[in-house]
Amino acid sequence: MSRVLFNTLSSLLFLLFAFPATAESVRGGDLVVEAPWARASIGTSRPSAAYITIRNEGSSADVLTGIETEISSMPEVHEIKTNDNVSTMSPAGPVEIPAKDAVKLAPGGLHIMLIGLQRALVEGERFPMTLIFEKAGRVNVSVPIYSLGASGPEE
Amino acid sequence: MKTVRLTLWGAVVVASAAFLWLYTSQGSNQRFVSELSQNTDTLRPEFSLTDHQGNAVTEQTYRGKWLLVFFGFTNCPDICPTTLGELAQLMDLLGPDAQKTQPLFISIDPERDRVETMAEYVSAFHPSIVGLTGTETEVTATAKSFKAFFEKLPQETAPDGYTMGHTSAVYLISPEGVFVRTYSYGTSPEKIAADVQQRL
Ligand SMILES: [Cu+2]
Repeated sequence: MSRVLFNTLSSLLFLLFAFPATAESVRGGDLVVEAPWARASIGTSRPSAAYITIRNEGSSADVLTGIETEISSMPEVHEIKTNDNVSTMSPAGPVEIPAKDAVKLAPGGLHIMLIGLQRALVEGERFPMTLIFEKAGRVNVSVPIYSLGASGPEE
Repeated sequence: MKTVRLTLWGAVVVASAAFLWLYTSQGSNQRFVSELSQNTDTLRPEFSLTDHQGNAVTEQTYRGKWLLVFFGFTNCPDICPTTLGELAQLMDLLGPDAQKTQPLFISIDPERDRVETMAEYVSAFHPSIVGLTGTETEVTATAKSFKAFFEKLPQETAPDGYTMGHTSAVYLISPEGVFVRTYSYGTSPEKIAADVQQRL
């Protein structure tokens, strides 16, 4: 009996470690990228957007220099600026991830604009995306697709 | 002869003043929304547009309903879908009170957002959201009437080579058609619901 209990416990513990609480979290060097998600699209004629949080646990800054993904012919980090209730969007250029800090790409701020969709983004599906950093190099993530009207990874 | 010349000169002065006034008021487009906070009870937005089902509509079409009006464009991947998603949540939060309100999504990119595009787009968010578009002239007149701002921004990497800057606040218009307030981008659906419900 105790043996069965022990086995159950150890496999439970194993599962706990195999699947940490932050399910969508990938480490690359000093960086931890977490909670990626993208917005579903209607067909492929209009661009969509992906979001992610990048934590830098190291003691020096890193820079997000590029994005690669098969889903978009031109993924690009964009920034929304809102002044006096007027919002405009423009390419953000390289994004610095300060040491011991985090940069959150989220609606109303930074997003990865998925221009030239190669296929429709269907809610519930996933696609692979690679973030390219100056120091940490290439970090691969699997991006879950949420609804068109989603506003965060918790949905 | 002298009076004719004098009258003509007078007309020139009046026309120049009018031109200057128009020119400067266009230049201050960007401040329209903040001006709203000082001058709220007089604004009665008017429009003449086409809804996503192809019907010609005006502000009169929606008299009797609290309007939640958002300007945007369907090629917008961030602000617009986020706000429309939140308006959809808002309608669900309002429950039976949703019948007293009408969310309107007005395109400021009529070149790309035709009636069919609007139909496909708004219906993906919530059955209650109505999408409006029109000719460039109609859309410009509508934005002016709401004191909303929009501009076409050339951008090399953007689809079709341009993107749009636009007022991103949601307008609340009373059932009598009078401007009440704006909710700036990112105001939670819960907050908007509470604010709307205390007015019903
Ligand atoms: Cu963008």
